[in-house]
Amino acid sequence: MSATSATARETSGSAAAVPVSFRGVGRAFDTAGGTRQVLRDIDLEVQSGEIVAILGPSGCGKSTLLRIAGGLDRATEGGVSVDGTPVTSYDPRSAVGFQEPRLLPWRTVAGNVALGLPRGTSKAVGREKVARLIELVGLAEFAGHRPREISGGMAQRTSLARALARNPGVLLLDEPFGALDALTRLKMQDLLLDIHAAAPTTVLLVTHDVDEALQLADRVILLGSDGETPGADIRQVVVVPGARPRDRGSAELAELRGRLLDGLGIDRHGVARGIESTTTIPHYPF
Amino acid sequence: MTDASHTALSTGAAIHDGDAVRVAVNDGTTSIAAGREASAGPETPSGRRRLVDRRWFRIAGGAIIPLLLLGTWQWVSTSGLVPLSQLPSPEMVWLAAVDLAERGLLGLYVAISTQRVFIGFAFGGAIGLALGAIVGLSRLADVLLAPTLGAIRAVPSLAWIPLLILWFGIAEDSKVILIAIGAFFPVYTIVSASLRHVDRQLIEAGRAFGLHGVALFATVQLPAVVPSVLSALRLALAQSWLFLVAAELIASSMGLGFLLNDSGQNGRIDRIFLAIILLAVLGKLTDSVVALVERWAVRRWA
Ligand SMILES: Nc1ncnc2c1ncn2[C@@H]1O[C@H](COP(=O)(O)OP(=O)(O)OP(=O)(O)O)[C@@H](O)[C@H]1O
Ligand SMILES: [Mg+2]
Repeated sequence: MSATSATARETSGSAAAVPVSFRGVGRAFDTAGGTRQVLRDIDLEVQSGEIVAILGPSGCGKSTLLRIAGGLDRATEGGVSVDGTPVTSYDPRSAVGFQEPRLLPWRTVAGNVALGLPRGTSKAVGREKVARLIELVGLAEFAGHRPREISGGMAQRTSLARALARNPGVLLLDEPFGALDALTRLKMQDLLLDIHAAAPTTVLLVTHDVDEALQLADRVILLGSDGETPGADIRQVVVVPGARPRDRGSAELAELRGRLLDGLGIDRHGVARGIESTTTIPHYPF
Repeated sequence: MTDASHTALSTGAAIHDGDAVRVAVNDGTTSIAAGREASAGPETPSGRRRLVDRRWFRIAGGAIIPLLLLGTWQWVSTSGLVPLSQLPSPEMVWLAAVDLAERGLLGLYVAISTQRVFIGFAFGGAIGLALGAIVGLSRLADVLLAPTLGAIRAVPSLAWIPLLILWFGIAEDSKVILIAIGAFFPVYTIVSASLRHVDRQLIEAGRAFGLHGVALFATVQLPAVVPSVLSALRLALAQSWLFLVAAELIASSMGLGFLLNDSGQNGRIDRIFLAIILLAVLGKLTDSVVALVERWAVRRWA
């Protein structure tokens, strides 16, 4: 682990973490049957170096929110700013790990990771960095393989390495560990935390896994709809206590876990319950 | 490949992840395995190659029907079932070839026809690539150009001939231009359509990593369409031979189309057969060359 931390430190460059702020963000899509509100009234201040996990039912707009933050989609109401400047189009300070690996099929794993390098990286430095990142995500043997020759989980790790290659100020990760087996998933979570500890970058992490959110995040945001107004907004903000790595068995986490699962409409006792209505937003950090 | 084995060798201490287990189990053998896998390529299955995938079988298998046809032809023409004026024997066709070759005409006709095809194909293909790229990449160009080009494509090829002859005479230009028109449309149509249908997610990924304009085109869009560009060129080549015969049938004094037309008027059925066989062989040969490039491109880019 300590060897990895050292490598993680070398790998992450000097790009400073930057704050991200969402102000009244809404997104409606034009569809055949008129416009469809997907997101509404998202207000969120993410501090530099903070890790924020975004939870929510499938289709509620998590990916959309992340794409807006990365400048790949435009909000129809409100806006996002990174480090005080509004995001309008592609933003070099942020890097995206998409929900799907989205690797270029004609490039090798190494070639795909190299796509993430910041513009103007010299060849030698770039090659070195790519090799190290590939090693970090455990794909050293597969550096020369094409995406179709590796598994889905390996492709996802390649995509993570590509995002890390950017040394982003904001790392936008859309279910980056979704396709991984339990063991690899834990290792990749540790890797993310190592990299984050070595060079804090702001992380927005979409996940379906409540435990993952509670392990990794400083705060967990629960997106959802109130069932009446169209569009999803922030239902709950949970500040996760305790320094990482956290004890998965602690009572405090178990309580938060219950709250979040309730919020997702998953009932632990087998009785369907409505979404929790209190949405008090605690300040961060305390 | 050397990259793979190099990094595999230097994996060393910093292994950290899910593969750690596997690496530990395999240990010393991983680098060799990675190297071998990389060099063997993706197409080779681990077991024996199937018979139908073997090169000699494919060549021999493809020759069976032509040989059967040749045999049947020989048998029918010598049996007297069909008069020789309708169906010459293979020998007569062979003698016609020898006769034309001795007069120096066979080589000349083949050469001039091939040259016309290549020049027309090169121009038509190049312009098709350029316009296809412009229309496929720019919505504005699509709006402005696509309807007009679609209308021009709708004109049957033979309709151009009188106009081209009036404008460019019966020299090389009019024929090469007709062939270029024939080669242009498949390339233009396929290239513009496939550029428009490049996976949006890949393009977005390219954008997310700061690519736009020429860099985005060179990194994502162009490689994504290389295989379809190659099949477009293959189609264009076939089309070029088609238009060659159309051009030469109507106005020329040399070439395989002229040979066809001339022999038809003089009742030289042996030469008609010869011209048809030559067109088949030349078309197939040139197609095979492009097909080889296409196969390489698919392996490399798809
Ligand atoms: N380009 C688009 N046009 C129209 N509707 C869209 C578009 N992109 C997304 N949507 C809609 O927005 C909603 C949210 O999509 P999004 O991908 O953000 O969901 P998600 O929360 O990431 O879901 P999942 O957890 O399944 O990934 C979906 O209902 C989807 O149909
Ligand atoms: Mg999503």
